Amino acid sequence: MSNTDESSKSSPVIEFREVGYRIANQILLKDISFSAFAGETLVLLGRSGAGKTTALKLINRLLTPTHGEVDVNGRSTTSWNPILLRRSIGWVIQESGLFPHYSVEGNIAVVPKLERWPQDRVNARISELMHIVGLESNLRGRYPHQLSGGQRQRVGVARALAADPVILLMDEPFGALDPITRADLQREFLALQRRLRKTVVIVTHDLREALLLGTRIALFDSGKLAGVFTAQEFANSQDARVREYVTPFREAALPI
Amino acid sequence: MLDFFIKNRGQIASLTLEHLWLVGIAIGIAVLVGVPLGIVVSRNQWLRKSVLGGTNVLQTIPSLALFGFLLPAPWLGARADRLAIVALVLYALLPIVRNTYTGIAAIDPAVKEAAIGMGMTDSELLMQVELPLSASFMLAGVRIATVTAVGVATIAAAVGAGGLGELIFRGVAMVNNQLILAGAIPAALLAIVADVVLGAIENRLRVPRK
Repeated sequence: MSNTDESSKSSPVIEFREVGYRIANQILLKDISFSAFAGETLVLLGRSGAGKTTALKLINRLLTPTHGEVDVNGRSTTSWNPILLRRSIGWVIQESGLFPHYSVEGNIAVVPKLERWPQDRVNARISELMHIVGLESNLRGRYPHQLSGGQRQRVGVARALAADPVILLMDEPFGALDPITRADLQREFLALQRRLRKTVVIVTHDLREALLLGTRIALFDSGKLAGVFTAQEFANSQDARVREYVTPFREAALPI
Repeated sequence: MLDFFIKNRGQIASLTLEHLWLVGIAIGIAVLVGVPLGIVVSRNQWLRKSVLGGTNVLQTIPSLALFGFLLPAPWLGARADRLAIVALVLYALLPIVRNTYTGIAAIDPAVKEAAIGMGMTDSELLMQVELPLSASFMLAGVRIATVTAVGVATIAAAVGAGGLGELIFRGVAMVNNQLILAGAIPAALLAIVADVVLGAIENRLRVPRK
């Protein structure tokens, strides 16, 4: 349960400080503290209902903490203008949440257009991003319902990267894909992240994905943080909540 | 029958125009009032109940009774066409408000959340996501309202607002079927044409919602 030496030198891009979130009498998150550092991929791992998506939404202020503070670039999310905060953060969700009435290029161009970029800059950016995420340029005019699941998810990633945000939040981005497409996209994500060095926070319930993609893994367990681990630490941890995850994989003789 | 139509074509045509005018103005006003009301209602749960409930009640008042109720109203009662238009607007509100609201409410929550998460303001969300995605629903409401209004407008003749109802009422009073049909057939044709034209526009506005 430690930060790597390298990351602890820099100041955190995202910092949770004793964060709690409750609605009515239900406590969804309790006393969560962790940081994500520049250029790392932090995975929020946990079962359904463990609070990981809630934690993710606290970062771009789709939710505001009922206790404690979430800092983004050193400022509490509540002191940010939420619109500016969200536009500086890329957001990718499961099943991509693409706008069904916009074509591929229309979807990718959403944030640049909100930011009133000139049209030729928008067009150049669309071409660049489609190339980066591996979309054929003839797909430009297609609509989401005319794309495969993998293509839709690529568009989702391109759309999130459009205005070159420092932070990328991904909520089960590869969850709805078939295993082969998922593996392709995970591989491409790793390659992409090596080039772009964004601060990425990914939510998943898939341990394999967590170990593959994460610089570090934050394990959520019924609204609490069980710890933040590197892949190595996670595999070797004696914490019962971690063993719960690791043991089934070992039993299935899956190499992790 | 045909002879009768040809002989009276001038009067039938002018009453049809009058009918169209009543319906057109009423639907125009109902859209200008109903669509914003539907949008407001999609954002405010408390208003939703009262507005949808209120327009629902209006819809249940028999049309002849509604014209009668409005007759003694100070500004309305002064001119028959004014009164007729207000009554038609009140009838048209429910389908337009309800369809606008339903169209917006039925948008995939993931799409809305994506829009907000990407940093759209409320008005950007409305203009770029909610309205385009619910446009065909709204138009379906306008279509229902228009077809209904063409029918209800025939009753407007009872308070002297003119339109094709005049021929129908006169025909009933004189027990003259030709006269009744001279009003009823053009009214039915108007309703069918409105239905087809608005249906075609509705199809054009339809976008995939998933």
